[in-house]
Amino acid sequence: MDSDLSSQDRKDLDKFIKFFALKTVQIIVQARLGEKISTCSSSSPTGSDWFNLAIKDIPEVTHEAKKALAGQLPGIGRSMCVEISLKTSEGDSMELETWCLEMNEKCDKDIKVSYTVYNRLSLLLKSLLAITRVTPAYKLSRKQGHDYVILYRIYFGDVQLTGLGEGFQSVRVGVVGTPIGTITLSCAYRTNLALMSSRQFERTGPIMGIIIDHFVERPFTNMAHMHPCSYRTPGEDEGGTYAGIEDSQEVCTTSFSTSPPSQCVCTVSQAHFKTPKPALMATLKVPLMGLGVSQQLYSSRLSYQTPALGTVDLCHPTAFTAGAHPHQMVVPGKEGGVPQVPAQPNHGTAAEHGRIPSFPNGQSPLPAQPTSCSSEVKTVFCDALETTFTRKVGAFVNKATTQVTTTSLDLPFAAFAPRANDLEVNDPMVHPPPSPAPSSPLQGSLHSNSSSHSGGQPQDDFVMVDFKPAFSKDDLLPMDLGTFYREFQNPPQLASLSIDVSAQSMAEDLDSLPEKLAIYEKNIDEFDAFVDTLQ
Amino acid sequence: MNCRSEVLEVSVEGRQVDEAMLALLHTILLHRSTGKFLYKKEGTYSIGTVGTQDVDCDFIDFTLVRVSSDELDRVIRKAVAEFKDALGNSGSDGMGQISLEFYQKKKSRWPFSDECIPWEVWSIKVNVVNLANEQERQICREKVGEKLGEKVINIVEVINRHEYLPKMPTQSEVDNVFDTSLKDVQPYLYKITYQITDSLGTSVSTTMRRLIKDTLAL
Repeated sequence: MDSDLSSQDRKDLDKFIKFFALKTVQIIVQARLGEKISTCSSSSPTGSDWFNLAIKDIPEVTHEAKKALAGQLPGIGRSMCVEISLKTSEGDSMELETWCLEMNEKCDKDIKVSYTVYNRLSLLLKSLLAITRVTPAYKLSRKQGHDYVILYRIYFGDVQLTGLGEGFQSVRVGVVGTPIGTITLSCAYRTNLALMSSRQFERTGPIMGIIIDHFVERPFTNMAHMHPCSYRTPGEDEGGTYAGIEDSQEVCTTSFSTSPPSQCVCTVSQAHFKTPKPALMATLKVPLMGLGVSQQLYSSRLSYQTPALGTVDLCHPTAFTAGAHPHQMVVPGKEGGVPQVPAQPNHGTAAEHGRIPSFPNGQSPLPAQPTSCSSEVKTVFCDALETTFTRKVGAFVNKATTQVTTTSLDLPFAAFAPRANDLEVNDPMVHPPPSPAPSSPLQGSLHSNSSSHSGGQPQDDFVMVDFKPAFSKDDLLPMDLGTFYREFQNPPQLASLSIDVSAQSMAEDLDSLPEKLAIYEKNIDEFDAFVDTLQ
Repeated sequence: MNCRSEVLEVSVEGRQVDEAMLALLHTILLHRSTGKFLYKKEGTYSIGTVGTQDVDCDFIDFTLVRVSSDELDRVIRKAVAEFKDALGNSGSDGMGQISLEFYQKKKSRWPFSDECIPWEVWSIKVNVVNLANEQERQICREKVGEKLGEKVINIVEVINRHEYLPKMPTQSEVDNVFDTSLKDVQPYLYKITYQITDSLGTSVSTTMRRLIKDTLAL
């Protein structure tokens, strides 16, 4: 089939397809981060911008994409898919869309690889930029934060669209013919946005009994502009929701010269294609076999639910297609088992760059696992939080939470996080303040003697019951709330309610109707004017 | 070679005209712009990088993606503003059409001026509606946002048919194919024109032309 293709062209084509796949994933994921994306045009090419487009590379996303590809390329029968799903704060999740990069057998042998295919792939990426802002998930992703987050999962192999519900729509972004097949990029998106629990998720209620922000002002209304917590190394924060966007210099070393071959001379040099393959693939020794890995795009959600379980929920992949891989995170409830933690930093890159601070609890990472499949875009924050909770005990066990020393975590709202001491002992929800209502007069009198309550008049019929209304102060008004309540406890009945509703009055009402209608019709202009003022 | 012609139609409220036109024009120009060419010796060239920018619309539930070039944005905004003024001043039912035409220049011998040969024309027909109250405006925001999304999909569909595109020019010919006046990006040569349709359905410009011709013919 590709006997007509020179080996150089074949190499070029493989390289184009590989980087096209990586850039596709970057565009899709960045479009679902919940922020507006902006990159600069540059008239002088730096040699690192593939397809002549300024698309930043989020290292974690590249890492995950490469992990999913596992050294293979999208090809005939091997599609690369990016699945975007929504997860609510209660744990419900729903697939929103699936972007598929596929290849079919229709070949275009006459096309020039290093020129036409390259430019058409560039055009396809531009189309992808436009289309990612048009599907319904874009609007949802812009509003993510407190109530839900958007997650992504990359997988390789057969396209799975069953999670999109009935009536899903499909949009084709574009096609590019190549000598080895036709590349198609498309998106299938859900139209039925009724939330339903999927994948038999066990409902995991908050472990602490209350949701942390239940009674406080919601701290995360505008998470998109919040900087993550102080875990970040200074200077790194770009105000985005991911840890440091940087032009991946890895790509640079393999960069394709942006000088495309003109029709006269091919300027692409051999040297540029020397991929440091061993280095890149070193972490992929564990065969993933098409397993998907979810990423949480918006990991500052962690600070919303510091209870261990919440963290586990949000941190870890929500969608696993196959059985638990020993190295992978097991989602609590999903597999029915105790989640295992790769206490190691999420991925090699972050560790290398030294962004992870020392673990607050002094826990050392578990013995090195080659691939950490729990991946976060905001690695730094998540990592430290993750490792604080000892998974070995089991996230559902109450005492696990006592191992949480949130004060040692530099959370922005640590004050609201339940402390180990406060857990059950002083929790007002669990142990309400002693109620002053005794059941017998004797008790009441005893109670009143010892009461420090100054106001209150004794009732006529009963021994005085110290009525201490909650939340009221008795030193501001001459009459305190309790007195007020007692005095107005038995109001007289309303006059309208005391009218005997009988057939007679009903008849009177009916008789008076025509008169009333006549009055209303006379005043119809007034009514219309009134209605207009309301609009 | 035949010129490819595509027509898009939208119905918008008065204050949505600017953003709707910008959304569609920028989407087309995003696909029809490349990075700046840097010609080197030996007849080779390198291409600069095109950045993109998300812009949220104020009056429509829509986010458009445009090329990161303030110069280009200014040019397009100016053209759209002129179109909107013309729509407003026409006193007609608020129907008009703005056209984005991509062309190639063909050098002619003296005394003839260069020929402009269009190879792709995008016509956006606009129908301006008046809305009575805030509720209708809110519905319109969402509906027009969805409609623009559909139009973007249409645009992408046409562009990805990979039909005729001018050949990459040599250095001497580059100004016949590309607009090299901008410093950060290089769109294909284009021009933006518009027509306002009066209530009779005939375009004002053609009526004027007819009148002038008739006058001169006398």
